[in-house]
Amino acid sequence: MDVVLDNLDVFIAGLRTTVGLTLLSYAVALGVGIVIAACRVSPIPPLRWAGVFYVETVRNTPLTVLFVLFFFGLPKVDILFEPFPTAVIVLGGYTGAFVAETVRSGINTVSRGQAEAARSLGLTFPQVLRIVVLPQALRSVVGPLGGLFIALTKNSSIAAIISVSELVFRTDNLANETARAVPVYLGAAVAYLLVTIPSGVAFRALERRVAFRR
Amino acid sequence: MTAPVLADALGPRARRKVLIASVVTGAALAALLGVAVQRLVDKGQLEWARWEPLTQWSVLKFLLGGLGDTLRAAFAGMTLALLIGAALALLRLAQTAVVRWLATAWTEFFRGVPLLLLIFFSYSGLRQYGIDISPFRALVLALALYNGAMLGEIFRAGILSLDRGQTEAAYAIGLSYWQAMLQVVIPQAARRMTPAIVSQLITLLKDTSLGFVITYEELLRRSRSTGEFFRNPLQVTVFVAVLYIAVNFTLSRIARRLEVRQRRRLGAGAIATTTGVEDLAVVSVSAAAAVRDDH
Amino acid sequence: MKHRLGKLFLLVGLVAVIAAGCGDDKKTTTTASSGAGTSFAAGTTMARIQQAGRIKIGVKFDQPGFGLKNPTNGQVEGFDVEIAKLIVAAIGPNVQIDFVESVSKNREPFLQDGTVDMVVATYTINDTRKQVVDFAGPYFVARQDIMVKKDDTAIKSVTDLNGKKVCTVKGSTSEKNLAAKAPSAEVTLFDTYSQCAEAMTDGRVVAVTTDNTILAGLVQASSGAFKLVEAPFSDEPYGIGVKKGDDAFRTFINDRLEAIFGNGDWAKAFEKTLGAIGLKTPAPPKVDRYTATPPAPTTAPASGGSGSSSSSSSSSSGSTTTTAN
Repeated sequence: MDVVLDNLDVFIAGLRTTVGLTLLSYAVALGVGIVIAACRVSPIPPLRWAGVFYVETVRNTPLTVLFVLFFFGLPKVDILFEPFPTAVIVLGGYTGAFVAETVRSGINTVSRGQAEAARSLGLTFPQVLRIVVLPQALRSVVGPLGGLFIALTKNSSIAAIISVSELVFRTDNLANETARAVPVYLGAAVAYLLVTIPSGVAFRALERRVAFRR
Repeated sequence: MTAPVLADALGPRARRKVLIASVVTGAALAALLGVAVQRLVDKGQLEWARWEPLTQWSVLKFLLGGLGDTLRAAFAGMTLALLIGAALALLRLAQTAVVRWLATAWTEFFRGVPLLLLIFFSYSGLRQYGIDISPFRALVLALALYNGAMLGEIFRAGILSLDRGQTEAAYAIGLSYWQAMLQVVIPQAARRMTPAIVSQLITLLKDTSLGFVITYEELLRRSRSTGEFFRNPLQVTVFVAVLYIAVNFTLSRIARRLEVRQRRRLGAGAIATTTGVEDLAVVSVSAAAAVRDDH
Repeated sequence: MKHRLGKLFLLVGLVAVIAAGCGDDKKTTTTASSGAGTSFAAGTTMARIQQAGRIKIGVKFDQPGFGLKNPTNGQVEGFDVEIAKLIVAAIGPNVQIDFVESVSKNREPFLQDGTVDMVVATYTINDTRKQVVDFAGPYFVARQDIMVKKDDTAIKSVTDLNGKKVCTVKGSTSEKNLAAKAPSAEVTLFDTYSQCAEAMTDGRVVAVTTDNTILAGLVQASSGAFKLVEAPFSDEPYGIGVKKGDDAFRTFINDRLEAIFGNGDWAKAFEKTLGAIGLKTPAPPKVDRYTATPPAPTTAPASGGSGSSSSSSSSSSGSTTTTAN
């Protein structure tokens, strides 16, 4: 275990990058997800098609492939992002597709009467969505959105393959340098659990707080 | 295609507005696509010479062999993960508290750490204990441990979601605990959780692409070496992404088909109470309400 | 329910059949072509290999000139591969070679746990590595150099790399040399050099640094886009890695290397592979038959990414030597 204690700063630095990457990507994912979900329920067919296309392609492509495509592919058409921003875009865009599906399922739980009533009051479609439907929809999917946050925390490790020095990247290097893979990887696992388990608890608490009492 | 859920039948004025908006957004999307294609042309990425290697049979054979290795790892991982998941679900519902705690701790551990870490662990970690593990086995082991914990949660949620009356009725007609589990509870729970299980299995299939970090020669790794050899990495990666999408899309279609038929047979309320009939993710989100990680 | 389940199993079975049919061609098999049927003392690695009729050798799969897998025929080609074949030919004419891909960071574990019998993979001999594996050779001496884009004139030596974005490979000596000679370079680390070359093409990094021979292959493959700076800053003797303590096998390989240095086979292998990518055939190096394991070096190993604890990781890598077998 000495190898972990001696290199505690490596773990802390890695964890800091992992958490930062996860939070930024989650913000992007929520934005992307809500916009795509809105597209998918909108009355305008081209927006619906675009939404379906986005969700189906992104969800069915492995995250690793998306990383390779963005990091090594886009520069071929002169679009170049540093590793960290690339990771935020890819993780945010990928998780966004799942957020979109989750939000859409939340929208489906809001009764039709709500939207009809709002429309009869003279609200336009964006207004109906923003003022009436989305607030209720989001409250009903806090649980699944929390699940996505945890999945994203774990998925952020894949950024290691494009040289983002997050937790897995740093601990993998440390394991190679010290040839003590088992304690080093166990230390990394504990560091992840320090994030994932409390987030699970927090989201469950939030879910209970905002749940409807029907 | 999904009908818009929020709007009921539109009047003439609204229809006209939608039409205009459709034309505008359609044009905007087409323009965006046009810009992208133009960019690819400008950078010479659509030149035939860059795509030509993908029409050579030897190259395709090499890549499809990678797809075969991907499916092989996924299939082995799925089988083991389903077994582990079933065992975990039963242990977590066991009558002995210690067993329940151990199973819960196991599940929380393997659900809470990244798969990539487990892959490194099962490859480099086991090696340090002198266990000669091939990249294939290391990948399968990691996939099974990770997804086993995920599936365990799904199974458990399925079992818990059944009405207590089912178990009680089973006991009332004289079945034992295991008989009730195996003959009454599990068949219904499995049916109910099919969509969530299938979407977890699709995730597993996608995750096999992480095998490339430990030199398992699956589809992605082979696409990298092909792209390096012919110096057309973008084209090969796009091709491989399309392959992945085709496989995963087909699988989710089959799953959806199964589920819709099942729903028809069992009646609408039997599976989940959502209005979006066709979509897998929607159903799995609400059916697996107790399952936190839906990815 | 019954027949639906049946269908599901059918589908799953089908997938399995397809998967199995696509076979396991992870290893590339070759048979060594020439050599005499010598007999070896029982219990030696050579005798075991001769008995088994096959040997597993770790090589690079992505290193032009040394070991590059050709996706059209599945063969690995290069100088390391040729040297491996020449050595195996002396064990027996019909010994099959399974080439196993080894990237820089898994060469030691592969030898320690017997995944491979030897490693011929641009493997620099150094004292840190001698703690855990043994080296025959060197069979070649490379020098660490810098590769830049054709029109770059700013980088003339290793010190110019300070403050610049430089790419090299995880777990390589190049990474450690770079950290020692240009400590404030911004280092990007990948698993393979080909990714570094791609990153430079894409403009992510301005330089790639590693052995000149590896760079020569990348320069060749770039068809004029890259050039060598030709300011070498270290000697990198390439050795053949064997399991720690297998002295009989090491001596056998050393004898064999001296034989092929003398009879012209070594030069032929060089011309066929590295010569073809534009390197002039040098004089063969002198084999180093060291007897005692040197003390572990005290310099800190380079740490990845940004400056993490080099002092603490060196102390832990020092303690490794006592636990490693």
